[in-house]
Amino acid sequence: MRVEGKGLIDRSQRLSFQFDGNTYRGFGGDTLASALLANDVRHVARSFKYHRARGILTAGSEEPNALVTVGRGPDTDPNVRATVQEIYDGLEARPQNAWPSLGFDLLSVNDLAAPFLGAGFYYKTFMWPRAFWERLYEPFIRRAAGLGALGAEADGDHYEKAYAFCDLLVVGAGPAGLMAALTAARAGARVILADEDFVMGGRLNAETLEIGGAPGHAWAAEAVAELAAMDTVRLMTRTTVTGAYDGGTFGALERVAHHRTRPEGGVKETFWRIVARRSVLAAGALERHIAFRNNDRPGVMMAGAVRAYLNRWGVAPGKAITVFANNDDAHRTARDMVEAGVHVAAVVDSRADAVAQGDYRVIAGSQVTGAEGRRGLEAISVDGPAGSEKIATDCLAVSGGWNPTVHVTCHMNGRPTWSDDIASFVPTPGAIPGMIAAGACNGAFSTAACLAAGASAARESLEALGLRAEDSIVPTAEDAPYAIAPLWAVPGKGRAWLDFQNDVTVKDVKQAAAENYASVEHMKRYTTQGMATDQGKNSNVAALAVLADATGRGIPETGTTTFRPPFGPVALAALGAGAQGTGFAPERKTTSHAASMDMKAPMIAAGLWYRPSYFPRDGETSWRQSCDREVGYVREAVGVCDVSTLGKIDIQGPDAGKLLDFVYTNMFSTLKEGRVRYGLMLREDGFVMDDGTTARLGPAHFVMTTTTAAAGQVMRHLEFVSQALHPEWDVRIMSVTEQWAQFAVAGPQARALLNGMLDQPIDNESWPFMACGAISIGGVTGRLFRISFSGEHAYEVAVPARFGASLFAALVEAADTMGGGAYGMEALNVLRIEKGFITHSEIDGRVTAADIGMARMLSAKKDFIGKTMAARPGLVEQGRAQLVGLKPVGPVRQLTGGAKIYTDGEEPVRAHDQGYVTSVGFSPSFGHFLGLGFVRDGQARHGEVLQMVDHLRDIRTRVEICDPVFLDPEGGRARG
Amino acid sequence: MVDLVAETPLRGMTETTIGTVTLAEVDLGTLTSIAPYTGKTIGDVFKDAHGMAWPGPGRATGKTGARAIWFGREMVMLAGPEPDAALNAYGAMTLQSDAWACVTLSGAEVEAVLARLVPLDLSAEAFKRGHTARTLIQHMTGSVTRIGADTFLLMVFRSMAGTLRHDLERAMESVAARL
Amino acid sequence: MRIPCPICGARDRREFYYQGAAVALARPAPDAGEAAWDDYLHLRENSAGDLDELWSHDAGCGAWLRVTRNVSSHEVKAAVLARDAS
Repeated sequence: MRVEGKGLIDRSQRLSFQFDGNTYRGFGGDTLASALLANDVRHVARSFKYHRARGILTAGSEEPNALVTVGRGPDTDPNVRATVQEIYDGLEARPQNAWPSLGFDLLSVNDLAAPFLGAGFYYKTFMWPRAFWERLYEPFIRRAAGLGALGAEADGDHYEKAYAFCDLLVVGAGPAGLMAALTAARAGARVILADEDFVMGGRLNAETLEIGGAPGHAWAAEAVAELAAMDTVRLMTRTTVTGAYDGGTFGALERVAHHRTRPEGGVKETFWRIVARRSVLAAGALERHIAFRNNDRPGVMMAGAVRAYLNRWGVAPGKAITVFANNDDAHRTARDMVEAGVHVAAVVDSRADAVAQGDYRVIAGSQVTGAEGRRGLEAISVDGPAGSEKIATDCLAVSGGWNPTVHVTCHMNGRPTWSDDIASFVPTPGAIPGMIAAGACNGAFSTAACLAAGASAARESLEALGLRAEDSIVPTAEDAPYAIAPLWAVPGKGRAWLDFQNDVTVKDVKQAAAENYASVEHMKRYTTQGMATDQGKNSNVAALAVLADATGRGIPETGTTTFRPPFGPVALAALGAGAQGTGFAPERKTTSHAASMDMKAPMIAAGLWYRPSYFPRDGETSWRQSCDREVGYVREAVGVCDVSTLGKIDIQGPDAGKLLDFVYTNMFSTLKEGRVRYGLMLREDGFVMDDGTTARLGPAHFVMTTTTAAAGQVMRHLEFVSQALHPEWDVRIMSVTEQWAQFAVAGPQARALLNGMLDQPIDNESWPFMACGAISIGGVTGRLFRISFSGEHAYEVAVPARFGASLFAALVEAADTMGGGAYGMEALNVLRIEKGFITHSEIDGRVTAADIGMARMLSAKKDFIGKTMAARPGLVEQGRAQLVGLKPVGPVRQLTGGAKIYTDGEEPVRAHDQGYVTSVGFSPSFGHFLGLGFVRDGQARHGEVLQMVDHLRDIRTRVEICDPVFLDPEGGRARG
Repeated sequence: MVDLVAETPLRGMTETTIGTVTLAEVDLGTLTSIAPYTGKTIGDVFKDAHGMAWPGPGRATGKTGARAIWFGREMVMLAGPEPDAALNAYGAMTLQSDAWACVTLSGAEVEAVLARLVPLDLSAEAFKRGHTARTLIQHMTGSVTRIGADTFLLMVFRSMAGTLRHDLERAMESVAARL
Repeated sequence: MRIPCPICGARDRREFYYQGAAVALARPAPDAGEAAWDDYLHLRENSAGDLDELWSHDAGCGAWLRVTRNVSSHEVKAAVLARDAS
């Protein structure tokens, strides 16, 4: 219920929302949790394993219990913490993990079966009979376990990633963080202040403490206003710093639009990569529970959360409040409640010397031994020196002390250090380079200590940044000592909960220890302690204290499990933002792309490029028909194909020839100007890397072409050779792939077609095979190369890319009039297979120059990359698979890529393996399939018949081994 | 004879404004990459020929119509004029006019838009007018230059023009939708 | 992780291409013998601690770098241009 006059909510802003089918009202500034508590809704969830009724435990992001599902359809968000979700008009939240309803959950029968579902039950219970696992156990476990369910539709929201940079990143905007940010910003540092909450101030908004004589929340608001007015400061609310990474890089998740209906074009979440020269961690502390019988009943809450609901949201979570604590801090809950006029039934303090700090009853030296009320707390049992008693209460505020939020300091393999003073872990200094932990996350719990630590951490950071800190005055604030006597679990019968989200009890941890899962990492995995979405934020320390006790070791010796990023849950959609669908990589489109699309060509991806497979014509019913027709263009008339995607590298300088001689196996320094030569490139280990042609355009000017696939690799390789291996060579390398739109014009009519378009006609004398040079076409200066990848009389004509679309259209139109036209990748592939030309299907990284019949291209006159290792025994010995042509000779005529080749008449098993097929295509020129492949010693076996077996498609074809050059082996067509 | 018609990388897109930020394709004129040869001091010749300083790493000189943009290790992109023939003796000159999709992005929230795509501190304090960088624009390698108080020149490979436009407009929409 | 490119300044790791140990800078002579070539191509120390590595600033200035990095802590200690390192 609401308490008049309390809270920082905006009572003028009335909001309406739905939970579990009911409509409720709340105010601006409410979370779903505060609004539900204000409406006296206490039972909001069912637990993971036992499906026990659960309520709201905390008031922050560490909440283990109150997980709900928000939205519907593609907007469904499961596992939303009610304590983080802000309400807005139209918010629709549903309980999860309960069926058929929250009030009556069939699987709560698990709770009765609890004796069989303890630690390690998977390993013990579902072992036999073996056949039951797949059919019965696993489906049951999968349905029963798990938290909220994802929607079946793809997430309809946008997510994004972004970068931010600063001198100082301050994580957390409580008193320490605000003081650190103020100190650094006033000194001129560029500051990013990030906080999970939608209102900065941290605990100052949840307490009634004063700073400099003003209410703490007012001081915080003033500090935020001062920071907001500075250009050098970026305030990031609703932003969780999720991880610390190398080199001062941090991950942070901003919840951009979970608190409102999403605007058009807007994103739901932004995943930030923040680069900070220095950082201050001011992440505060998380209150921990005390384990006792049925301590998970709705109405049992953290003491700090109970007063946060009162002080920040004006909500009393109960009518008769009780407190159970082992420290002074929790007494603030009782004091604030009394001052607000809420009845406090009793404060049960485990310390014998505890005294009241206000007008309420203290039961000192006592413990709460149990909670009653299945769907909501009704009473607690108290045991102490004065005997036992039962106290009626609907809200028990528990505090076992505070654990510093050390998580981020452990993200780079750091381990926290145990502090006896606060009976918890504190960060180990230097665990994250450049990071200083300040305030409660460093074990300093008073407001004054937090302010001082924030200022000091900022000053130390400023010094490292080379900035001068002004003498900022730290305002006065309470400086109460933190008095605590550790208490982790109340002895007694019954189940006492540690990890609420994964339903781990004290008994489970003890059992793990008894079964010798005594290492903390083993205990964690055996019991699942801390493995839920909350990662055990309010239970890990207590669990390892219980383990320490059970194994007779101290807590420091027991150690902690490893905190890894992310600190809080991050949706995969946020991590993968910008990479959905085709967004994972840029799309590279040629200048003929639009025309190809207009011609209804299906596109295939070649690396990042898109290239047309074939150009269908009316009446054609299969791609093979189109492909056959296009092959015919080139063999009989003229075909046009966009080859702009091949890598083109400009190589200039006095030593350009030296570089080429070194990276190619054959000589290029001897190449004449105006001529093109085919070249083969090896890797340093002796295997073929890439092939292509290089043209000499001038005395010290070459242009190299690479395959489309290897363009990037070759460019990097050339840079490596010229920068790292031979920096003394004067040579400059530049990619010009994008500058030129380049088209193959191939076929008997190729020259006729070009002569209809070139400003100066060419003939066989002026432009023989393998000639190149500048041309003028439509008044535009271009380049013409007489090279052929089809074996036909062919050219590649290049123009500046701005004219690419126009030239492609003109070439295709001209080809049409000559009985030819455009051809795509399918036809290109058939054409080159007919000629035995290789692609990366053949040079797949495992073949040598000799394997592909190019041993003669390894120059003996010079050193080149790969030369030495190409001569090693394993690469030159007999028995290597060598490139061959394959043609079908039996009744089955089909060849398939990737099929294996075996000795004819033998079983197709490894013992009879002879090789494999790399490329196939149906050749309209020959009227049957042709293939290229590798066969053991194949160059000496032409004429031999083997069998091709495709185990996947169940195809067996008898094949004859032949020369890979099927068509025009003399090469007369290309030279004609 | 054939009549060839020029087409820009973004095929003549018109200016797009989303929120406070405007995206426009720009024609920078002739683009020539200049990579000085070993031991050649090109600065004086370049200044005499084109009236602007030879830029060091991370810097761009000149103004609209004639810029010299540092474009990587030992490389500067001359944008605008035809390169003076005197430079030929000093470095490798490569025609690049058609290789790059060039856009300007300008407006009050331009830094916020680019923060969604570029892994670099482009704030006015760190990246002033005349600063340039070779870096990533989302998944594309590119060139980013601040040419005005709230104006950036972006260049990526021509073939990626469509992706550049898509990525920029997506980021512009996201920033515009923020409260 | 951030790598201090001698030309561009500190840049995010994603702008770089990783090649491996900087052994590749010391290419043996063609007649250096099997052992030297085997070392050069295949054998790496793989020790915890500082390692000289090759990175290419692919998405930046295009320079090949020799980067000294602690492979246990990921601390980057130095980066020089490969052309000055070889």
